Amino acid sequence: MNAIASSLIDDADLDGIRRDMIRFAHLQLRDKAQAEDAVQEALLAALDNAKGFAGRAAFKTWVFAILKNKIVDLIRRQSRTINISALSAEEESLDQAFEAQFKANAHWAPAARPSDWGDPEATMRQQQFWAVFDACLRHLPENTARVFMMREFLEFETPEVCRELSITTSNCNVILHRARNGLRRCLENSWFSAGERPC
Amino acid sequence: MLSCEEATRLLSEAQDRKLVLPEKLRLEIHLAMCSGCRHYRKQMAFLREACRRLGEHQGHGESGE
Repeated sequence: MNAIASSLIDDADLDGIRRDMIRFAHLQLRDKAQAEDAVQEALLAALDNAKGFAGRAAFKTWVFAILKNKIVDLIRRQSRTINISALSAEEESLDQAFEAQFKANAHWAPAARPSDWGDPEATMRQQQFWAVFDACLRHLPENTARVFMMREFLEFETPEVCRELSITTSNCNVILHRARNGLRRCLENSWFSAGERPC
Repeated sequence: MLSCEEATRLLSEAQDRKLVLPEKLRLEIHLAMCSGCRHYRKQMAFLREACRRLGEHQGHGESGE
């Protein structure tokens, strides 16, 4: 670590940031070794350029920005060898679970009707919520997760996601809808109505 | 009239592109009458916000606020 960086961030901080980065990268790459490599490279690059960060928070933002770029590169390279459009059994079962939420007329079945999640800020202040959210993300099928992550975490515009992964716009829409429904249902079941369910 | 299932597709796509006027109108009419889909719309916005903040909240208790 260079002198400026080490004066701003101590080893314990760096350890914490590194752990967060690995979880973040692992979630998206679904490969532990690759995630660790990407994090290592990002940290080295960030420490190399550490100039006058106003403390830990600024450093963390910076190093995550570098990490996102590394992840995008890896996904780009991988997307040439994987077939994103192929439907896995897991994806089919997500689609079936989605369909099962509706009555024959395609309106919500009473038990599946989305509920009021209350104040988002209050939810996001709770540390346990993030553990549940993390688990729900991990629960998404791999290809579904990959498209969703590119859109929502790496903040690509949808046409870019389609182009990068060589899928059609309508397919992209279907996959994103599948991901959002899967997550929505998972959070509804595991967090928002885990305690009580009014019926 | 738009079904709830169709409404969820439009609400998901609304996160990714600007809906055209006829889509918006059909959706708004549906939402005015359907609390389930109104909640669904808020949940879509919640998912986006949670993803944006995920990096800061990954892992343990000391990060974040």
